[in-house]
Amino acid sequence: MNMIQALNDAHKVAMRADEDIVVFGEDAGYFGGVFRVTEGLQQEFGKQRAFDAPISENGIAATAVGMAAYGLKPVIEIQFADYIYPAYDQIVSEVAKMRYRTAGEWTMPMVIRSPYGGGIYGGQTHSQSPESLFTHIAGLKVVVPSTPYDAKGLLLAAIEDPDPVIFFEPKRIYNGPFGGHHDQPVEAWAKRPEAEVPEGHYTVPLGKANVVREGEALTVLAYGTMVHVAKTAMEEAGIDAEILDLRTLVPLDIEAIEASVKKTGRCLIVHEAPRTSGFGAELSALVTERCFYHLEAPVERVTGWDTPYPHSYEWTYFPGPARIKKALEKVMAQ
Amino acid sequence: MARDEKRPNRPALKLHVPEPPYRPGDTPDYSNIEVPAAGEAPRPDSACDDKETIPLTTHLVRVLDDDHKAVGPWDPKLSVDVLKKIYRDMVTVRVFDDRMYRAQRQGKTSFYMKCTGEEAIAISAAAAMDSEDIHFPTYRQQGLLVYRGYPLVKMMCQIYSNAGDHMKGRQLPIMYSDKEKGFFSISGNLATQYPQAVGWAMASAIKGDSRIAMGWIGDGATAEGDFHAAMTFASVYQAPVILACVNNQWAISSFSGIAGAEQATFASRAVGYGMAGLRVDGNDVLAVYAATRWAAERARSNNGPTFIEFFTYRAEGHSTSDDPTGYRPKEESEAWPLGDPVLRLKNHLIALGEWDEDQDKGQEEELTAMVRAAQKEAEKLGVLSDQGDEGKETMFEDVYADMPWHIAEQRDAALKEGE
Repeated sequence: MNMIQALNDAHKVAMRADEDIVVFGEDAGYFGGVFRVTEGLQQEFGKQRAFDAPISENGIAATAVGMAAYGLKPVIEIQFADYIYPAYDQIVSEVAKMRYRTAGEWTMPMVIRSPYGGGIYGGQTHSQSPESLFTHIAGLKVVVPSTPYDAKGLLLAAIEDPDPVIFFEPKRIYNGPFGGHHDQPVEAWAKRPEAEVPEGHYTVPLGKANVVREGEALTVLAYGTMVHVAKTAMEEAGIDAEILDLRTLVPLDIEAIEASVKKTGRCLIVHEAPRTSGFGAELSALVTERCFYHLEAPVERVTGWDTPYPHSYEWTYFPGPARIKKALEKVMAQ
Repeated sequence: MARDEKRPNRPALKLHVPEPPYRPGDTPDYSNIEVPAAGEAPRPDSACDDKETIPLTTHLVRVLDDDHKAVGPWDPKLSVDVLKKIYRDMVTVRVFDDRMYRAQRQGKTSFYMKCTGEEAIAISAAAAMDSEDIHFPTYRQQGLLVYRGYPLVKMMCQIYSNAGDHMKGRQLPIMYSDKEKGFFSISGNLATQYPQAVGWAMASAIKGDSRIAMGWIGDGATAEGDFHAAMTFASVYQAPVILACVNNQWAISSFSGIAGAEQATFASRAVGYGMAGLRVDGNDVLAVYAATRWAAERARSNNGPTFIEFFTYRAEGHSTSDDPTGYRPKEESEAWPLGDPVLRLKNHLIALGEWDEDQDKGQEEELTAMVRAAQKEAEKLGVLSDQGDEGKETMFEDVYADMPWHIAEQRDAALKEGE
């Protein structure tokens, strides 16, 4: 299965088990979404449970609030993460804070799914990685899968979670893993073990990182597409790196991070989002606070640049293996 | 970019910035406001095509006439018992508001908002809805809770953020919430509740329930994007919802023209969405009841949503933090042509031969004593100003269902502060 099929399967498994789950978003009903993640849901579950929404992201988020207040479990799709900003107030001021402001009287069990990230020639409004805007908000959980197996298991866990979850899907790897070399042939998920997705129900727990590669030389912290790019870079550099796929940014698996960095003594953080106030800044601070006396070198970050996402210079913007290897040299030199 | 070059053959463009007709020092005269005679507006069937209501979006549905009689097709013919209950709750809210306003001035809490002049709206709408229906209110609908029999002590505990506040002191005073009473949590960010009400109504329809929702907004907040999202979703999905706009003429210091009222009535916004719309005298208990009932019938029988503009006047300041003498004439509320809703209902009850001044005096004394007793009871649990930091660990609860490690660490750090 590719990631789209895995996510689609997660929806079906969840919706068959719980008739309070409703799915809606722009083009998410009849057509199944522009990436086809919700394909077939309307046909199987009917128009009352899977439907198209007007082009109003704040309307989608706000009506989901009302539905959650009623007792349904909405799973909404924001067509591109770049479109999430009109819904930001509803998500940040309402969804995130409802449990707190009412001391648990009203809760917001919902999932806000959205394809994010670059590498698809999407220009500045189809390529952004706004995860840190949500990790900054108390009351939200933030999840980013990097494989079909995780995508299904994490989405099922997110749907079953009592708290609202922002579920960012790395659209560059929907159809296949991507090591960062855009001029090389596109890979498909089919031959990868991570594409072996069990039938039926299983979950990947929120808040647990995945050690995708064990190593001794340094720790690489990554999520989403960057897990694969980091892997490529480390393989090309021939270095014995330990790569952690964070999977969940909030809650964060601090134990796994701490254990790994204390073991290796070096830490490299990789994400697509711009550097300033990106999630890498938080990771860097945490690693420094908790592992300072174990560090052999300063924590290094590889990120997108602090510019809007460009169209024609996409591959200059995108943090590829070359940039990662350069940072790696710096981390390893000390 | 400003052009230096003059083009004398073309007129310079100008921006229109609306101004209210009267500012402090002016003598208000509202004879220009068209107040149609009570009983004049036609009452279509509640299952009518939305287009039949178009004339009602510029008219004003009124029932109580100048002789304090109920007239016309919108007369809901309420029983005297219901009228008396509504009247009693309106007076309760007015007394409650005065006590809590004073409590704020005495430093017992940080903030308060009265609904003086608007009591008819929340209370009469509550009376017209079923007790199982839900309201997504804004901050001047305390009457909804009072009508539904919510304990005044609990309301006051919320205002004082004391130990009796079931929301653990996390919300500004008057931002009540009660799931059991169908009163959704109030948000400080305006208009957010409006599309949420639509979502709740959609959920009710998805589940084949029979309960409906009512969303509330002020005139100023109709300019928010959420207003338009609510109208779109309500119309698209024909959600069983009533969308009420309380046009009380003032959004803090900005008059309703700043939200667009100079160009069209708020009620007429329903027309473009293909939604039934009504413009209602908000100071007329019977008109409010009849319109809400009509819209509820319409929603309940799958005939779609209704947008109602309740035309009223905010007789007091926006809140305890506002001084209205800075932006409008002092005499304006007396000049307001629709009168005082409490007085109008009292006069109606007297005209019916069901009430007199002695009874009125007796009731007011009784309600004053009741509110005072509730206040005493609430204050036993403390007021905001004497709140210490006992129980501060609760500040870290309810962010998530289970406390994650980073919040637990911060809680522990907070508890160690000052040791």
